[in-house]
Amino acid sequence: MTAVRCVDLCKTYRQGDQDIKALDHLSMEVEEGGFVCLSSPSGGGKTTLLNAIGGLDKPDSGEVYIAGERIDNLSKGNLAELRLHRIGFVFQAFNLIPVLSARENVEFVMQVQGVPASERREKSLEILEEVGLEGLEDRLPSEMSGGQQQRVAVARAIVSNPALVLADEPTANLDSKTADGLIDLFKHLNEHHGTTFIIATHDQRVMAYAKRLVRMLDGRIVEEIDQNAA
Amino acid sequence: MNLVLRLAWRNLWRQPRRTWLTTGAMVFSNVLLVFMISLQFGMYRLMIENSLQAFTGHMQVQAQGYNDDKKMRQTVPDIVPLASALRSQLDSDEVAARATAFALASSEERSYGIAVFGVEPRFEPHVSSIPGLVREGRYLDSNEAPEIVIGKVLARNLRVQVGDELTLLGSGRDGSFAAVVATVVGIFDSGVADLDRTIAEMPLGLFQDVFYMRGSGHQVVVNAPRLGQVAELKQRVAGLLPEDQGLVVQDWDALLPGLKQAIQADISSAVFMYAVLVILVAFSVLNTQLMSVLERTHEFGIVLALGLKPGRLGRLVMLETAMMGTMGLLLGALIGGAVTAWLGIQGFTMPGMDEMGAKFNLPSRLHPDVTIASLLSGPAVVFLFSLLASAYPALRIRRLHPVEAMRSA
Repeated sequence: MTAVRCVDLCKTYRQGDQDIKALDHLSMEVEEGGFVCLSSPSGGGKTTLLNAIGGLDKPDSGEVYIAGERIDNLSKGNLAELRLHRIGFVFQAFNLIPVLSARENVEFVMQVQGVPASERREKSLEILEEVGLEGLEDRLPSEMSGGQQQRVAVARAIVSNPALVLADEPTANLDSKTADGLIDLFKHLNEHHGTTFIIATHDQRVMAYAKRLVRMLDGRIVEEIDQNAA
Repeated sequence: MNLVLRLAWRNLWRQPRRTWLTTGAMVFSNVLLVFMISLQFGMYRLMIENSLQAFTGHMQVQAQGYNDDKKMRQTVPDIVPLASALRSQLDSDEVAARATAFALASSEERSYGIAVFGVEPRFEPHVSSIPGLVREGRYLDSNEAPEIVIGKVLARNLRVQVGDELTLLGSGRDGSFAAVVATVVGIFDSGVADLDRTIAEMPLGLFQDVFYMRGSGHQVVVNAPRLGQVAELKQRVAGLLPEDQGLVVQDWDALLPGLKQAIQADISSAVFMYAVLVILVAFSVLNTQLMSVLERTHEFGIVLALGLKPGRLGRLVMLETAMMGTMGLLLGALIGGAVTAWLGIQGFTMPGMDEMGAKFNLPSRLHPDVTIASLLSGPAVVFLFSLLASAYPALRIRRLHPVEAMRSA
């Protein structure tokens, strides 16, 4: 089944006197359980595409479907619901809530989802152990390294078992050892939980694992490589 | 503690200095409000009690229309039996009959126009403080004797002393000439200049003979145990009156409209001052919460991206304000209540108190009166206006776009 389908997406930004085409009649499909890497030079449109798929930004034209449901015409509230229950986000800059501990950051999304406190606690401890942060649950983000913070961000993104994880340069701020650990974690989730990943990255190590590579330029897909077939 | 409560609480202490400054402004204004409101309403209570205790009483039974147009012919028939019946039915001694007339009071040297009151010497001390304020001589002790007590200022103006005689000339109820010579048996000093200059009291029996009242009078004064029970007692007294005589019960605010108006005018000016104070605090809260929201735009972008709805984020900001407001309310009410209660016990003076004291028969030392209402009303208004002030930053969050918010530093 198709996890994500984008049809003829266009998005233009105004920068000074210039119109920049971030998405230019872009269409693509990602199957459930897929592991897709988007790569492009800076400004190639990969973050704009991730934002459109995640309902964070609306395309000027075109259609976006998640698990068969069209989402580009949903209201702000419905988009928030969609992100809350079906999509996990991992950002380049970790983006944790600074006054909450690692466990509380992970629990926060579940609290918003209305998960009971005991279940929240159990799940958050379990997922933090899974990302290798056992014993660090009560640390604040300021008391953790960049890699540890990114692991918390990943734990937050996947704790509710979303069908789709969107990650924007997740390894950009990590040392190679931590980045390898994160890639292993993504692999594990993809292989064992069937989670679909769409990752915008320049990192060759991530690209090496991807089942499919999508190269973008000026808002268009210029090359697609199916690494399973290769 | 609930995670959202924990988040709101910790958010408050990201900038402890700013939180303490804003909370401090709330505490300061709440302390001030508790003190001012306690003082203000304590003073009103004293003004009312003292003014009413001096002479007017909590309520009076009168003929219909007498309060608006005090004609001598508008009388309460058989006033002494009526007062006696009310005393027995209410099981209270704080009921006394009176009659009033205007007369020219003449001593050997001078004459002045005064208001003469016929009173029941036995019961008047229960409804008026004047009998207890006789500083020279004694109060009336007979219902028929040709005796009179006058105020200190009137005695000075007429140049009379205890034992001297006064001649009173006036008109009787039937329009006939009324005259009597009475001996000054006492001189009172109420501290209220108007009373001490214009009032004289004589026995009701003598008054009824001199002014041809035929057993009638003009008012039956009734006092309630407490000011707060006036409305209830008024209804009870009205139910006990004979139905066919056109009698009405007037309570103190109808009898002394000037006092109520003075209090209302004072409340209006005080409310204006309180409003300025509350608005200043509200702006301080608005400033704090707006800065706090602007600083966290990036973070708000993240949680919006994670799926939190803007309305819930707005409520988080309101919750932070509510926590700060609760601290301000509790600390303000606690400190304000303690300071005011202490001043209530010790008492204090203010410039201008002598003049005000003379006008409203107030003591020279003020004792603020802490009540639940004075303790909580001001801080509650500050709390509500603080919440109202934080509505703007909270609503501002609704306009946030997750992508743009995450781009901000």
